[in-house]
Amino acid sequence: MYPWIWRHLPGPLAVRVTTALVLVLAVAALLLFAVFPALDGLWEPRL
Amino acid sequence: MIRTIVRGLSELAVTAGAVLLLFVVHEVWVTDLWSDRAQDQVAEELREDWAAGAPDGEPDFGQAFAFVHVPRFGEDWTRAVVEGTDPDELEDGPGHYVGSALPGEQGNFAMAGHRVGRGSPFLALDVLAPGDPVVVETVDAWHVYRVTTTTVVDPSESSVVAPTPGGAANGGTTGAFLTMTTCHPKFSTRERLVVHGELETSVGKDVVPDGPAALEEV
Repeated sequence: MYPWIWRHLPGPLAVRVTTALVLVLAVAALLLFAVFPALDGLWEPRL
Repeated sequence: MIRTIVRGLSELAVTAGAVLLLFVVHEVWVTDLWSDRAQDQVAEELREDWAAGAPDGEPDFGQAFAFVHVPRFGEDWTRAVVEGTDPDELEDGPGHYVGSALPGEQGNFAMAGHRVGRGSPFLALDVLAPGDPVVVETVDAWHVYRVTTTTVVDPSESSVVAPTPGGAANGGTTGAFLTMTTCHPKFSTRERLVVHGELETSVGKDVVPDGPAALEEV
């Protein structure tokens, strides 16, 4: 999956690195601020 | 073929590890953001309620009804205490065990609070030492409690919130006590850290509008 994404990123190396970073951050933000809060309450324990 | 499968599995493993790490970040830090906001809101509502007139009777479930000030946690450290200790209440701030005494009353004014994440109100509960003041502010009074003991107990040890700490759940009381419970050790729910205190004085807000001297201690 990751090699496939990397091969399909357009532009020179610097642009691809930047795009990849932005993608990683976007996925992290989605998990932290949307997915995990939406699933909140499904797991124990709470500390 | 084999190579494709192994590569696919390893990517999956790396992804799962990263998601798990992010989940820890969420539990420990991100939940603090939401809870801090919720705490600000219940605190503001309580100040507004008090400004509009004194409430009567028992506090409503899920609503803030008092402020707890702990000078040892910081000069202006204060949290609004909500009624109830279910997950939804503890997300807003320290929760008052339903049925335990109200601030200043004879019996055990008992609170629970999260240790790590979801506002982390009782993160530093372990630094409280005997003699430290815990000031509980109600609509018309300041109740100054003094810490007496700190213990670590099994989560099933519900007698810590009994009318007399350590006594029977429906037993009588021998004084005006304070109890604060939280998870122990940090990042774990294996045990409970329990701080007990006893009421020293109660003083009306008409006497000391800005609070008792104990607020400036430590």
